[in-house]
Amino acid sequence: MTILSDALAVAGKDLRIEARSRVTLGQILPFGVLVLLLFAFALDPQSRLLPNVAPGLFWIAVLLAAVLAVSRSFAVESEHGARDALRLSGIDGASVFLGKAGAIVLELLALEVVLLIGTFGLYNVNVRGLEVLIPTAVAATCGIAATGTVYGILAAGLRVRETLVPLLVLPVTAPVLLGATRAFDDALTGSTGDAWPWVQLLVVFAAVYVTAGIVAFESLLEEA
Amino acid sequence: MPVVSTRSAVCVLGRFPALAGADLDVAAGEIVLLSGPNGAGKTTLLRLIAGLLPLRSGSATVLGVDLRRDRRSHRRHLALVGHDTGCYDDLTVRENVRFGLRSAGADVRQADAAIERLGLAAQSGITHRRLSAGQRRRLALAVAFARAPRLLLLDEPHAGLDADGRALLDELLAAASSEGRTVILASHELERARALAHREVVVDAGLLHGGVLETIDGDVVAQGTKVEAAVS
Repeated sequence: MTILSDALAVAGKDLRIEARSRVTLGQILPFGVLVLLLFAFALDPQSRLLPNVAPGLFWIAVLLAAVLAVSRSFAVESEHGARDALRLSGIDGASVFLGKAGAIVLELLALEVVLLIGTFGLYNVNVRGLEVLIPTAVAATCGIAATGTVYGILAAGLRVRETLVPLLVLPVTAPVLLGATRAFDDALTGSTGDAWPWVQLLVVFAAVYVTAGIVAFESLLEEA
Repeated sequence: MPVVSTRSAVCVLGRFPALAGADLDVAAGEIVLLSGPNGAGKTTLLRLIAGLLPLRSGSATVLGVDLRRDRRSHRRHLALVGHDTGCYDDLTVRENVRFGLRSAGADVRQADAAIERLGLAAQSGITHRRLSAGQRRRLALAVAFARAPRLLLLDEPHAGLDADGRALLDELLAAASSEGRTVILASHELERARALAHREVVVDAGLLHGGVLETIDGDVVAQGTKVEAAVS
């Protein structure tokens, strides 16, 4: 299908740019790790509080890093008139959305693996429900990436996009933070049965924003 | 049927009409030069034809598509080389050309030939970031020509090119015209561009035909300017 092959071309282009520029590896990843470290310092590693709040701190670190990844994804389209070239290319807006969101998903999933290892090390927690942890991470990441891509293109044409993207994305992704934190908490404590309603919430959230992006991205790209 | 046909086309940027009533017909295979002072509306006219800017009023038909209804479906058949290259800093010359071809639904195997034609074979593995200004301009032209578009829209295409590059571009434009492709170029290098063009259209204060240029609040900002269409 053209829509999927075009989306793969856009995702491949974005991932190639990230692999070569190393912004994700050299800046966004260290930023996420730094956020985890600062929380550990602020909340005293010796206290019993840290393992209890670890899921929330992990997802806050992911969300903050995601904002940077979204901004970066649209910054490359702003340089040298690349966004106009993309509009002129004839690629459907839905394909651009799926490609850019897909690239962000892969970047964030890689980031989450590293942050998860950091969380285990710094916050003294263990996983007891991997079967919940993985679908939670995938669904939450898809939701964050889809939301970020929709709001990223909304802010793309504006001079204040760097400061506007977090203001738009962070409040809207509050349900993801809530659902992913609860599901992760259940995965860490082993009470996996309680996690599935939260995973379902994350899946619905992601489905809503992926659908909205597919439908609306063409118009948003034209107005950017 | 003209490849480009506009009637009283008005295009507004912010509060100001950057194009205030453009009448233009361009036939297949023609090379049309848009001349006029800075800020006259040449770039706006090119972007309007490309479908990047909406019509405020009037009409525009490009490659058989009425832009009042559809500003997208003709885009795969045209290429616009503007002041920016439209390329990605961290992709190589070859990757940028291949992505341009791939996204236009064209055969990516044409990339190397286009790179060779624009004299960038030695730089094909170098990223856009590391190219000189002239090489970047050649890359933008390579992306455009690789697609073999039916309509080429060029904004100051000679800018930044060395003597060889300018001569090469003139050859490519003449060849494109002889193949039936249409070229509309905006340029301040009038001597060179006039030698190439079949026709020159003067754009002045957003007008290709006489009229009054107002802000959308009704303040008159210019009036009574002209259009001239001359056969070289």
